Amino acid sequence: MAKEIEIIMETVTEQIPANSIIDSSLKKKATIEVKDVKVWYDTFNAIKGIDMNIKPNTVTAFIGPSGCGKSTFLRLFNRMNDYVEDFRMEGKIKVNGSNIYKKKVNVEELRKEIGMVFQKPNPFPKSIFDNVAYGLKLQGITDKQLIEELVIDCLKQVALWDEVKDDLKKSAMALSGGQQQRLCIARTLAVQPSIILMDEPTSALDPISTAKVEELIFKLKEKYTIVIVTHNMQQASRISDYTAFFYLGELVEYNKTKTIFTNPEKQQTENYITGRFG
Amino acid sequence: MANAQYQRDLLNESGAEMLAICTVQLEKAKDAFLNHDSDLAEEVILNEIRVNALDLRIEKSCEKFLALYNPVAIDLRFIMAIRKINFDLERIADHAYSISKYVVEVDEKIPPHLLEALKFQKMYDTIVKMLVNITQAYENKDVKAARKVFKKDKVLDQINIDSFSVLEAEIKKDNNIISEALLLFSVIKKMERVGDLIKNIAEEIIFYIDAEVVKHKKKK
Repeated sequence: MAKEIEIIMETVTEQIPANSIIDSSLKKKATIEVKDVKVWYDTFNAIKGIDMNIKPNTVTAFIGPSGCGKSTFLRLFNRMNDYVEDFRMEGKIKVNGSNIYKKKVNVEELRKEIGMVFQKPNPFPKSIFDNVAYGLKLQGITDKQLIEELVIDCLKQVALWDEVKDDLKKSAMALSGGQQQRLCIARTLAVQPSIILMDEPTSALDPISTAKVEELIFKLKEKYTIVIVTHNMQQASRISDYTAFFYLGELVEYNKTKTIFTNPEKQQTENYITGRFG
Repeated sequence: MANAQYQRDLLNESGAEMLAICTVQLEKAKDAFLNHDSDLAEEVILNEIRVNALDLRIEKSCEKFLALYNPVAIDLRFIMAIRKINFDLERIADHAYSISKYVVEVDEKIPPHLLEALKFQKMYDTIVKMLVNITQAYENKDVKAARKVFKKDKVLDQINIDSFSVLEAEIKKDNNIISEALLLFSVIKKMERVGDLIKNIAEEIIFYIDAEVVKHKKKK
């Protein structure tokens, strides 16, 4: 958890001019292209040559049994694996046409473009308002009115505004798990990403909070490209447009979610989603 | 998953049982009608309760399976197919019931020359063969066997189309047979409908096994 907070802090500390804040109502079309990507942790080959194209403004779900490489693969998109010892990668990952593993790439800048939401909600021990405003302030925005507008906008985007508008000074730690997770998503949105990565974002939430986050994901895809790792088959089928099934470091099948869950091409996929193995 | 698989197997067995009962109901209705055997017809009428009970049991099991196991892919296709197959089989049994009711309610035996002119035996035999095909298709997941019923259904359609002119000619020859002719006309319509229902079942079996939707598809 400490590592995750550290990464979030790093992401939001990059200074950008206030006038570069993009109108959040604008649609950002972000694509991800993966070409023959292989990953090793020391001698362990975690990803064995994957090609994948992720379309803009879609939700793509990664499914597969534990240890299949789906989280490793997701974390490649914002270079989170760089922190892992003995991590080694081959192949190309292009975001909006640019290879994100080029030496000159500014990783902090990249993580502003590609936000991440983790399994457990991880708000800062600050007020609700400050959690969302934190990144904006560190970006050098001093205009209080602008900050306020952006915070409200982000809280509205995650459907949290109505629940917290009278308690913005309250500690974020006092919110429920589901509210904390939506606050974390709001914090991610505040730095204007075009892609949001979610690693099992609802696995620690109750069904009502899960439904709210799912509804939010569905709404957010209008503006963002979303990639989500989930162990919940029904969640993948409910919210995603495309589903990728991973097994033992390989991409077994990647197709429209409707096809994967009604008539998958590969027997292995069918066996997994129907619970016959995995 | 073991439990889901177990529940699915039970449902599959219930489907096979429904298919077997409805086949027997129709065969008995046929024998009762051709031989004017009212005892056999009564048996069909009494057995309708069994068919209805099994229909409800399958419906409930499908609902339970959908609610508790969230089926996807082949499991989802299976549950969708079995619900429709069950519905179609129950309708087939209803037709067997109605035909048997005629046998009980109508005193006179149908003149054999009328049955012959209408190709009644051929119609029944075709239906029995179609039922054999779908039983084989259902039990062995045999898509080829399922596809065999489509051609046979055309035989039934033709007999049905021809029945009007055949009966018209027979009535012109002897207008004392009007009531028998009307009864036969009604039974032929029911048998033609049974053929359609068997065809629907074959389509559902193909959908379940191959994920191919064949209904409403016209041959190019």
